[in-house]
Amino acid sequence: MTALRTAVDRRSAGYAENREALLARLAELEVEQAKALAGGGPKYTERHHKRGKLLARERIELLVDRDSPFLELSPLAAWGTDYPVGASVVTGIGVVEGVECVIVANDPTVRGGASNPWTLRKTFRANDIAAQNRLPLIGLVESGGADLPSQSEIFIPGGRAFRDLTRLSAAGVPTISTVFGNATAGGAYVPGMSDHVVMIKERSKVFLGGPPLVKMATGEESDDESLGGARMHGTTSGLADFVAEDEVDALRLTRRVVARLNWRKLGPAPRAVEPPLHDEEDLLGLVPTDLRVPFDPREVIARIVDGSRFDEFKPDYGGSLVTGWADLHGYPIGVLANARGVLFSEEAQKATQFIQLANASDTPLLFLQNTTGYMVGAQYEQGGIIKHGAMMINAVSNSRVPHLTVVMGASYGAGNYGMCGRAYDPRFLFTWPNAKSAVMGPKQLAGVLSIVARQAAAAKGQDYDEEHDAAMRRMVEGQIEQQSVAAFLSGRLYDDGVIDPRDTRTVLGLCLSAIHSGPVKGADRYGVFRM
Amino acid sequence: MIRKLLIANRGEIARRVIRTCRDVGVSPVAVFSDPDAGSPHVREADAAVRLPGASPADTYLRGDLVVAAALAAGADAVHPGYGFLSENASFARAVLAAGLTWVGPDPDVIDAMGSKVAAKKRLAAAGVPVLPELDPESAGEFPLLVKASAGGGGRGMRVVRSAAELAGQVAAARREAESAFGDGTVFCEPLLEHARHVEVQVLADAHGTVWALGERECSIQRRHQKIIEETPSPAVTPEARERLFEAATKAAEAIGYVGAGTVEFLFTDDGSFHFLEVNTRLQVEHPVTEEVFGLDLVAWQLAIAEGARLPAEPPAPNGHAVEARVYAEDPAHDWRPASGTLHRFAVPGGVRVDSGVEDGSEVGVHYDPMLAKVIAWAPTRPAAIRKLAAALDRAELHGLVTNRDLLVRTLRHPAFGAGDTHTGFLGQHGLTTPEPVDVRPAALAAALALAERRRTGALPLGWRNLASQPQRAVFEHGDEAVEVDYRHTRAGVETSLDLTVVAAAPDAVTLELDGVRTTYPVAVYGDRVEVGPTGSGAVSLRLRPRFPEPRATLAEGATVAPMPGTVVRVAVEPGQRVEAGAELLVLEAMKMEHRVLATTGGAVAEVLVRAGQQVDAGDVLAVVADEPRPESTGGTGGA
Repeated sequence: MTALRTAVDRRSAGYAENREALLARLAELEVEQAKALAGGGPKYTERHHKRGKLLARERIELLVDRDSPFLELSPLAAWGTDYPVGASVVTGIGVVEGVECVIVANDPTVRGGASNPWTLRKTFRANDIAAQNRLPLIGLVESGGADLPSQSEIFIPGGRAFRDLTRLSAAGVPTISTVFGNATAGGAYVPGMSDHVVMIKERSKVFLGGPPLVKMATGEESDDESLGGARMHGTTSGLADFVAEDEVDALRLTRRVVARLNWRKLGPAPRAVEPPLHDEEDLLGLVPTDLRVPFDPREVIARIVDGSRFDEFKPDYGGSLVTGWADLHGYPIGVLANARGVLFSEEAQKATQFIQLANASDTPLLFLQNTTGYMVGAQYEQGGIIKHGAMMINAVSNSRVPHLTVVMGASYGAGNYGMCGRAYDPRFLFTWPNAKSAVMGPKQLAGVLSIVARQAAAAKGQDYDEEHDAAMRRMVEGQIEQQSVAAFLSGRLYDDGVIDPRDTRTVLGLCLSAIHSGPVKGADRYGVFRM
Repeated sequence: MIRKLLIANRGEIARRVIRTCRDVGVSPVAVFSDPDAGSPHVREADAAVRLPGASPADTYLRGDLVVAAALAAGADAVHPGYGFLSENASFARAVLAAGLTWVGPDPDVIDAMGSKVAAKKRLAAAGVPVLPELDPESAGEFPLLVKASAGGGGRGMRVVRSAAELAGQVAAARREAESAFGDGTVFCEPLLEHARHVEVQVLADAHGTVWALGERECSIQRRHQKIIEETPSPAVTPEARERLFEAATKAAEAIGYVGAGTVEFLFTDDGSFHFLEVNTRLQVEHPVTEEVFGLDLVAWQLAIAEGARLPAEPPAPNGHAVEARVYAEDPAHDWRPASGTLHRFAVPGGVRVDSGVEDGSEVGVHYDPMLAKVIAWAPTRPAAIRKLAAALDRAELHGLVTNRDLLVRTLRHPAFGAGDTHTGFLGQHGLTTPEPVDVRPAALAAALALAERRRTGALPLGWRNLASQPQRAVFEHGDEAVEVDYRHTRAGVETSLDLTVVAAAPDAVTLELDGVRTTYPVAVYGDRVEVGPTGSGAVSLRLRPRFPEPRATLAEGATVAPMPGTVVRVAVEPGQRVEAGAELLVLEAMKMEHRVLATTGGAVAEVLVRAGQQVDAGDVLAVVADEPRPESTGGTGGA
């Protein structure tokens, strides 16, 4: 029998306390997400509606199949920056005519949908997801171009937007642009570089230079329609493949384009799906409020995998890391989950072998992070912890099966790397609202700084100002704390979104399904393992 | 003895006769037109003969083909059912001439009664009270009724309320009568607007015995066609019953009637009555008599045709029976007949169902749109009415608009319960307009069941990590659009309706409203969603597509065919100015003429059809524009 049992006691004080704390985090998260949902705010929303236009999310809702799930990505992008939360673009994975697609929709209520540096990063991330997972890319375009005050951060890197489109096309990933309004100057290359282009009568405006610029450049008198109207592009330039009557019609045509892609997923089909035996609701009660208190990740696994069935690999070896096999929404996966924060040599070696096994059997991997890093100390350094940690990082880096990462709690130090943090290109990475990530914990970091400063003072023979030290530690702790929280990391696109822990199974199921749009194939080569 | 019986009919009545054939051991033979090739009556008979073609004139009205069919199949008798050739004396003669037994009265009797004009004269002479006859060309009393002399079933019948209408309505009635009966003779009678239609079933053998088997009240009518019938009549007193039976018996004896027939009267509540006509055949509504008298009238028809004697006295009646005719038609839209697939047909509740249809039957445009007769018997009238109303209410009639709700409303109307019925009942009580009901709960049930049907794998429906808006579904309920919204959340389904979603499955949704739970069965056929029965009716909805095809949008002022049919004549030409409501053209469907009216006033910009042309429902017939239309500005872009 491989079904996991549970030891969660719902009547315990800890459970209630944990749950309450996580619910509070979720409420805070909702407040931040509401900012993204509000777009440009009521005034611009109303103005937009008055023009007979749909909001970005309204367009998406009409584009995707009825009652299908939609996974919005990076909703908190630009959180904690000078730019509006959400970065004036909505991205996500939705099902259109039964085909999972990456959808990128400009939000024209936010500064006219102008691209700022975070818009670019969020869009590039969506492009990457389309490319890595072989998902058709649909752009719902309406953008006033670059946010000019930040052009220096946009112009040069922004070229990637067009490069991405044609590389997707070259890789056999279809690209579709549906132009709802302006796509001018550089923006004109978005439809220009797409496989399929839908424009809307009297709405779409696609030209390199508008009437004033043309007048300045050549003296020619012109108007919007003759330079870049949908009718002109549909009948004369040939840039538009379809000309829609209105926005709704444009979405209908876009759906027809997808329907005619004759899309086939290349990954293996899922097996029969079974719900877990244990209630996902408990995920709120089992994560301690104090990240230093470890929790058994099997309780999490028991609530996200099919039938709560888990075949644990090496259960009695390297017990600080749990490894094993399971199915999630019918897709076979290998799971690596931190059990007691610290990774020792045994855990690193166990992980290395496990990752190689997953690659040998073409099985995607799920990393459940709650790690404080690799063990330090003379005994462990002498035992070769660097070598063993490096083996694990080598395996993670060169593994070719799809990786999914969920940060459940702590993600500190090289543990973030070994457990497939952002830099290791997991296909998707999501964070729980209680999670924190940094090179080390705020207290440790402040403490390290304090020790170093104390030693420097001693070396110079100076007195150490304890009062100053305490203030410095408070300040550093505060700053690190603030920069470690989920929203901050999500704002910088270090994850693909902060999720409700109770949604973990659904989110991972959606991701696995999307991933299987492309082939699933393990690595046959790794870097040199330092033995 | 009859061994093999050809049934010269289709649908419900053919099946009814087949049932008796099985009971008495006669082998039934069916005939069928091309559209009826897959009908139940064809399958249920021992043998079937094709009548090539679709229209009645080419098939069921072709006496020569029917007789040839009987001979080919080795039948020794012919039962005509009702309608079609049932009152056609030359057909009866052809049957007899072919050496076959004719299950019906003597052809001369049919002839004598076939002309209503002549029949009235003959029975008046025998002492049966009749209404005066008015001259179609110069009648001066209004309202009056134009009737086809050869008619029946309301066809060719017209109400005229003023002299101005007279000529037009007489002409229309003639055309309709010509088309339906091959005889355009019409006559006029004063219209007794609040009279009851009461008829007496007679059964006479060839040996001089005549039974009067109770009276049937058939006052609830639409377009002069009965839809609810019962026996006994709540208005007929024992004294009046005696007089009615006497008049009916006298009529049957006067004409030497043999077999099952019906003598129809207009009955006024003062107990007086006037002869209308004799139907020399089985009536549609014969089952109520069968239920109350415990008889099989078809079996008696066969026995009498074989020369059997009736006992001296009929059996005693017992209890009360009510019949309702379920039609595929829309009472709210001038009884517009519906055609298409009847996906599901099921009537619960211990009632008798005589139907020509079953699950999946195609209801076409060529014949009468009656789907079934539902008959309830109970010891008392109120009990029979309650039982029938409940059975109809809970019936599953999926795929087509029907008059079911109208029937239920009528049966449950206090005036009907009080027996206060007359031929203008539906109009008087405004029963043809549906009662306003809140169909939003049913629409939500439909939307949620549809959502369940869209479930793929085990992923939550409509899941969002950031919910910006609910799912919406728009349904068409008759002419009105009903929008519902819902959102599947961890805590269940949220909706802006003030109710709770208890459970949702692909075929049933349970909602709780004010503490009361109701389960809505949901059946889906393409974009058509049938919700109910719930105990308070059923709701038919059509899911509106999220994306209307832009080219399907109509020009302003465009008039479309309300149903499939044939254009009889076009009343306007391009350029002509018309008022809203003016007749544009006349369409014939299901043997009824339907006037197609201008929806707006203006100039006729285009007429897209001509007389004789077959059209489909939704085809644009004509366009009326406010002013002459400018040159076309071209198609939608992208051409």
